[in-house]
Amino acid sequence: MPNVTVRFFARYAELMGCESTAVRVADNAATVADVLARVRETVPGAGALPPRPLAAVNLRQVKLDARVNEGDEVALLPPLSGG
Amino acid sequence: MMAYLTHAPISVDSLLREVQSPARGGTCVFLGTVRTDDDVTAIEYSAYDEMAIGEIERILAEAHDRWSDAGVTLQHRLGTIPVGEASIAIVAAAPHRDAAFGACRYVIEAVKKRLPVWKKEIHADGTVAWVDPSGKPVAGGLRDR
Repeated sequence: MPNVTVRFFARYAELMGCESTAVRVADNAATVADVLARVRETVPGAGALPPRPLAAVNLRQVKLDARVNEGDEVALLPPLSGG
Repeated sequence: MMAYLTHAPISVDSLLREVQSPARGGTCVFLGTVRTDDDVTAIEYSAYDEMAIGEIERILAEAHDRWSDAGVTLQHRLGTIPVGEASIAIVAAAPHRDAAFGACRYVIEAVKKRLPVWKKEIHADGTVAWVDPSGKPVAGGLRDR
């Protein structure tokens, strides 16, 4: 039952009304998509997230099928617009 | 070494000092500055700082792998930046111009694709809008940019 921290940035933080939350996912083969599903269940405002947002795990951008482990930091990233 | 992220105005001279040397005869400087489109008066930049720093380190390492004689560095400014001031500076110095231009171009294109940085336009009438470079319509009043 991995516990992970989920961080929200920029517009997503505004939509969620917070910059981070902690979620517990069901099993040890959990993925970022499972974390996202938990966020949708537990965070008011998460319904406004797109179906497949950009995501990072432990500071590296990943696909939604990437595995998550106990203590990981998952981040949901709005479309990037640096420079 | 300069910090890759700063809340202060960017000093191009400081970046030049980091990468220029007597053996490097070509130096390319790219500045991205805040435009006045649609009555924009400023852009507020925010970042996932820890990830952005890691990504910048990877991008600069890739540039070094491809142009091993070049010195390349960059600084991205965060916070509220008024029109006309630089949000990013990239400096590439190499023995010859091809490598300097190549490395500088490589780094800005990678920054645009990979850096977890976001901008919110501030307009003269006080309204604000998140910038979505993908142009996809998303709830929240995004601009196609």
